[in-house]
Amino acid sequence: MKPLLSHQQLSITIERLACQLLENHGDFSNSVLIGMQPRGVFLSDRIYERLCKALPGTAIAYGKLDITFYRDDFKTSADDLPVANETAIPFSLADKKIILVDDVLFTGRTIRAGLDALLDFGRPADVELLVLVDRRFSRELPIQPDYVGLSVDTVAEQMVKVVWGPNDQKNEVILIEA
Amino acid sequence: MPLSVKNLLGIKDLTAEDISLILKTAVSFKDVLQRPIKKVPTLRDTTIVNLFYENSTRTRISFELAEKRLSADTINFAASSSSVKKGETLIDTVNNILAMKVDMVVMRHSATGAPHFLSKHIDAAVINAGDGINEHPTQALLDSFSIQEKTGSLKGRKVAIIGDIMHSRVAMSNMYCLQKMGAEVVVCGPPTLIPKHIEAMGVKVTYQVREALEWCDVANVLRIQLERQNKPLFSTLREYSLYYGIDKALLDSLKKPIVIMHPGPINRGVELASDVADSEHSIILDQVQNGVAVRMAVLYLLAGKKEETLN
Repeated sequence: MKPLLSHQQLSITIERLACQLLENHGDFSNSVLIGMQPRGVFLSDRIYERLCKALPGTAIAYGKLDITFYRDDFKTSADDLPVANETAIPFSLADKKIILVDDVLFTGRTIRAGLDALLDFGRPADVELLVLVDRRFSRELPIQPDYVGLSVDTVAEQMVKVVWGPNDQKNEVILIEA
Repeated sequence: MPLSVKNLLGIKDLTAEDISLILKTAVSFKDVLQRPIKKVPTLRDTTIVNLFYENSTRTRISFELAEKRLSADTINFAASSSSVKKGETLIDTVNNILAMKVDMVVMRHSATGAPHFLSKHIDAAVINAGDGINEHPTQALLDSFSIQEKTGSLKGRKVAIIGDIMHSRVAMSNMYCLQKMGAEVVVCGPPTLIPKHIEAMGVKVTYQVREALEWCDVANVLRIQLERQNKPLFSTLREYSLYYGIDKALLDSLKKPIVIMHPGPINRGVELASDVADSEHSIILDQVQNGVAVRMAVLYLLAGKKEETLN
């Protein structure tokens, strides 16, 4: 097990990602933040918190998206059927600028499913992807992130895990060897 | 955790965990049904045949809608307009359909055990949509889902099932389902319509409808199944209605408001007065809406069942 980001580094990275969003989206009047269930939501919650602090008095549209029913390995995966999480998008996404948030980008298949799911809520103006960790050279689909916390080179057998400790303490990103 | 069964033949075979998993998954599907695009691509490559040997409106439409919302391919089969009329046996009909590569079969039949028989002979997953006087598992699941949605939980809930208990597969499945989920059940009806020794199911019996209503939080009212009664079991529908029909005056005279359910089709003026069926206490139309979500959950969980976890 190898640490990739310590608690403090992770905190700085999230701060930077939030600042990049502010730079590109300004007052967020037409932008929507969407966290991918289940693990991307831990990150999107923290980014949302920082955005709210930076833009007091602004109601930033924030939703959560579950992609369980959009997976492409529904029948082929050896794992047990995942239990669906809540999708909470109580607004139309038509003509909005969407920022899709997930913790680790690996094969790109989850994001593919996420894009499919998003389209069921309307036709967005554009969709950007924000990830905390980009595992380069492991993509199975032509999907690339717009905002990256950390890029790492890994092999398929390794696992990158973002650990969110209780009470927002001891958050870290670790690399687990096979 | 996956379902413990490969087919949904009856609630009898399910564990409490299975039922919880189905109800939890149904919550997610109910959410899908509220979206602008009420459809997910999950069962894109799955073919499902709806095999209805007995008349049905609600259940067939509900299953068909659930299948379509999951993007499955569906084939509808109604015995009344098929080769069954020409003397084909059940197993032959099904083998012919399966030769066309079908993944799941949803079956309704007037003979008890027909889906169980089918499941022993074919590989496709079988879902019982009602077999004779035995079980109607998806109805019980959607009833439990509706009670949970309306009242918050099933545990400790008091449910009265009122009407033709003897001929009702809905009553049977509900008795299993509710008790597995920790609810208490009382059955109520004329003595001729309540099977002997039904106490062995763990339920209590009363012959007084007022007593049942005073006791319960939820009343699930059933239709008199005249088509299954081959001898007279009560004198007239009018008399039944007089003693067991539920009207507004009766509900108003109770100490507390109760939830009224009915699996349909309703015989208005017999078991339920119109002003009750359409009142704010009634969740009959919620039941129909929840039926689609619950059936989506059942189809999804059975279709996703992995080969190696079977047996």
